[in-house]
Amino acid sequence: MTQRKAAALISGGLDSLLAAKLMLDQGIHVEGINFYTGFCVEGHTHAIRNKDKNKEKRNNALWVAEQLGIKLHIVDIIEEYKDVVINPKHGYGANLNPCLDCKGFMVRKALEWIQQHDFDFIVTGEVVGQRPMSQRKDTMPVIARESGARDLLLRPLCARILPETLPEREGWVDRNKLLDFSGRNRKPQMALANQLGFNDYAQPAGGCCFLTDANYSRKLADLWQVRGEKRYEIDDIMLLKVGRHVRPRPHFKLIIGRDDGENNFLRGYRNRFVHMHASSHRGPLVLLDAESGTVSENDLLLAARLTARFGKGRTDDEVTVSIHDLSDMVTEYKVAPLHPDELPQEWYL
Amino acid sequence: MIMETLDARNMLCPMPVIRTQDKVNGMASGEMLEVVCTDHGALNDIPTWCRINGHTVVETVDNDHEVIIRLEVHHGA
Repeated sequence: MTQRKAAALISGGLDSLLAAKLMLDQGIHVEGINFYTGFCVEGHTHAIRNKDKNKEKRNNALWVAEQLGIKLHIVDIIEEYKDVVINPKHGYGANLNPCLDCKGFMVRKALEWIQQHDFDFIVTGEVVGQRPMSQRKDTMPVIARESGARDLLLRPLCARILPETLPEREGWVDRNKLLDFSGRNRKPQMALANQLGFNDYAQPAGGCCFLTDANYSRKLADLWQVRGEKRYEIDDIMLLKVGRHVRPRPHFKLIIGRDDGENNFLRGYRNRFVHMHASSHRGPLVLLDAESGTVSENDLLLAARLTARFGKGRTDDEVTVSIHDLSDMVTEYKVAPLHPDELPQEWYL
Repeated sequence: MIMETLDARNMLCPMPVIRTQDKVNGMASGEMLEVVCTDHGALNDIPTWCRINGHTVVETVDNDHEVIIRLEVHHGA
């Protein structure tokens, strides 16, 4: 009998690990696909910061694939994904997370992949009722329908409470060995993981997307508002993950490194921004994000005072701040660090 | 021995892996690739990617500013 082949969407979390494992245990050839949107939360992203330097730097999707003994294809969908974030047909969740459109898009991309690579069906770790937007009883059929995958989409963790799919009808997989998980309770998944011998996995309820994060979404909304349109490039969304973002005036904001790790990361962007640092004291690297030609001398003075505020000279009377323009010409300002009373909370994004 | 190089500096996870994957897909079995990264996490990720996809890591170099991973391509079954 021909061995059937399934492409499993692997996020790096527990559910997709278990779903793929159930397929492997039924003799299916499984390969993983992991889509990279630019908003994915990876251990490395957090590891930019000094305080996280000792955390294990592992890509969870790769780790899961290795545990399962399957190949993993990581696919860059950054450009195509923009339309999902900018124009979600089904709208956003609690933050700027377009979860329903996102899952539909990823399943559609997986469908294209299985067609190109001669695989038979698609597997996801979705569970009915697990998430408020994309994993509800009434929205899961929307994903199957709008992605075009229809009954080529199998969700092994809850298949027995969903209509039969083609792999089940054709006998490629045994429906009786599929599961009927539902709801937000993660205990069944954790029990199954234990039973299958997986005791080291990413936090079950951990988010895998920055768009579900309220702070991140607020910064992205600010970016769009300032630009007057919903538009972003990959560097924009990377920079939203790093540093303090402070907008003292509508036409510019500062991105302020919080430690040496972030300063190092921001250093990679120096040639694209007016940037500054205190030259008389230790302190952060600060990028000034503004449209060219919109920043006045007073704005630069304020930015310099803010830069001084976040460095070791914050309590001194005077700090020298070096400001580099886009051609790396340096101007030094001697400024009084901004007093905490002069820094309204609403400046923080 | 053909040694290709990939500059993956200033890329964050998982872009070094994606670029490696794309580069390797265009190479023949037996060819060597050198990947240079500034994300130290690549020292975990690229070898993991190699193991699960059947390629061989020949050498890794770790210094303060960057890491270098040299691998041999194997396109198996």
